[in-house]
Amino acid sequence: MRHRIPLCLPAVAAIGLAAAVLAAPAQAPDGAAVLRRVDQNMGADNKVTTSEMIIRGRRGSRTVTSKSWIQGRAKSFTEYLDPPRERGTKMLKLEDQLWTYTPASDRTILISGHMLRQSVMGSDLSYEDMMEDQRLVALYDAVVAGEERVGDRPCWVLDLSSRGAEIAYYKRKIWVDQERDVILREARFAKSGKLLKTTDVRNVERMKDRWVSTRVVFKDALKDGEGTEFIVKAMEFNAAIPDHLFTKASLR
Amino acid sequence: MIIPKLALKNILGAGLRTWLNAFVLSLSFVLIIFSQGLLEGMNTQAEEAMIAAEIGGGHYQHAAYDPYDPLSLADAHGALPAPLAVMVSAGKAAPVLVIQGTIYPQGRLIAVQVKGIDPDQTVLNLPTAFLSAAQAGDEIPVLIGERMAALSGLKRGDTVTLQWRDARGTFDARDTVVVQVMKTSVQSIDRGQIWVPLERLREMTGMPGEATFVVLAQGAVRPADSAAGGWRFSGQDDFLADIRAMVESKSVGSSVFYAILLALAMLAIFDTQVLAIFHRRREMGTLMALGFTRGKVIALFTLEGMLNGVLAALVAAVYGIPLLSWVARTGWALPGDTDSYGFAIGERLFPSYSLGLVTGTTLLVLLTTTVVSFLPTRRIARLKPTDALRGRMT
Repeated sequence: MRHRIPLCLPAVAAIGLAAAVLAAPAQAPDGAAVLRRVDQNMGADNKVTTSEMIIRGRRGSRTVTSKSWIQGRAKSFTEYLDPPRERGTKMLKLEDQLWTYTPASDRTILISGHMLRQSVMGSDLSYEDMMEDQRLVALYDAVVAGEERVGDRPCWVLDLSSRGAEIAYYKRKIWVDQERDVILREARFAKSGKLLKTTDVRNVERMKDRWVSTRVVFKDALKDGEGTEFIVKAMEFNAAIPDHLFTKASLR
Repeated sequence: MIIPKLALKNILGAGLRTWLNAFVLSLSFVLIIFSQGLLEGMNTQAEEAMIAAEIGGGHYQHAAYDPYDPLSLADAHGALPAPLAVMVSAGKAAPVLVIQGTIYPQGRLIAVQVKGIDPDQTVLNLPTAFLSAAQAGDEIPVLIGERMAALSGLKRGDTVTLQWRDARGTFDARDTVVVQVMKTSVQSIDRGQIWVPLERLREMTGMPGEATFVVLAQGAVRPADSAAGGWRFSGQDDFLADIRAMVESKSVGSSVFYAILLALAMLAIFDTQVLAIFHRRREMGTLMALGFTRGKVIALFTLEGMLNGVLAALVAAVYGIPLLSWVARTGWALPGDTDSYGFAIGERLFPSYSLGLVTGTTLLVLLTTTVVSFLPTRRIARLKPTDALRGRMT
């Protein structure tokens, strides 16, 4: 006995397939490709940035203004402009070493090893976090874990796992704006999987041909508090920076 | 023999004046011995506590380790040299691995040194056996001191997150549970430190078989330096040098106090001698008329003064020995945080009176009394017997 296929069945299947294709999410891209685009958007040979750091503690908040000159990934120089108590404090990063100079003590101190994990001026940022300017694609393997919206922006959610190099955070989870290639949210994890730090981008601006996070809240997840807000007031890409700025002599 | 007899008769005959002098001088005796005994006791107590809980028979330290430089810790770890590994196996040494970490009690951040030690070790007098206690889940058992507990607000049974970096510089964090709060007078093993099981720390940091320093048991024979694979030995004297220097400086400082006490007592003796020589001119003249030479008269008066010192020693013994023995037995209660100023002396300080201290103090006081007694008698050398008999000084 032969079974007869109803004539309407192919049509129903075709409609169903079309509906499924339309309802499916956008094709997930390669994680490494997304990371490369993020690095490309953020990376620059030279940057000069003026920023504010709003540090919220138990006894209220305070705002620290600074100007940074950044050359590639190995060199940076920061001078604190405000408040008066911090004015004149300078930080120089050369490769993996960091020196700070405080006018009050008139001393230059090398910060390395565990001291790099200390908080910068009581903020939720460590010296190490401040120093980090590595290309993510060189440090992490990335897998696109899905899609989510951060605010009104569609994002790729990427799980990053360390490639085994000597890096601070073993795992990260980042939410990358699908159109702007900028990280809008980030969670940094310990080897054990415990959440250590979070980053929330509250504002993104177009500066020349790049999208730049101009208002970011950093939070030490193990510590109480509201976190530290970092606001970029001005940023100049590929600026001319004199070499002498990246010497210890310029600290004093 | 007549001079000592006369001197004794005269001094006892002076009655209340003699006993007042002796009492004032005895106070110097007792206070000097007491305060020096306190310093000696402090030194002994601190040294014994530090040796038992921290130093043992000395440390072999990794070549990169600088106890005064926390930055050195990142590189200060390595596999044990063979002779030290043998000593560890024989229970004659205990390896300790040290890393930097951060704890987050009540949402605060406190930087700590994380020290890994074998829970079964017997080299140091630390309650490390508590670290053997099996913990539910993945929590790391930690042992802290009372000062650390006060600083962090932690107590036994509390859970706190510990963050650290492994050998490759990667952050890790896990929950720990305080298995015991130990009471120790040695703040250098307490403040800013947490103790965890050694093997657990090695696994956490990816440093298998490694240590930062190795504590030798007291009396253990140490291997030759050439066999120590570059590890540096620091003996008890090296560790205790600072504390001894501190006691020395305190001892010098307190000698100002003794000098004032002695000066007051000597003033009384000097004054007594001057008055005696002035009032007893006729007696001196009579003695000279009876055949005493000037030297003998000087000897008599000097001996009388010196006997004040001897009497003072006897008076001091009468009330000082019971008093000081009682303090040595019961100790002297110290204010709350005294042991946090650098000395491992706990809540009570037990003075220690050595034979040298008592003998030395007695000789010092007697010698000073003799010199002070002699000085005013030099006037007698110029005395004419005829003037003295008429009650006049020459």
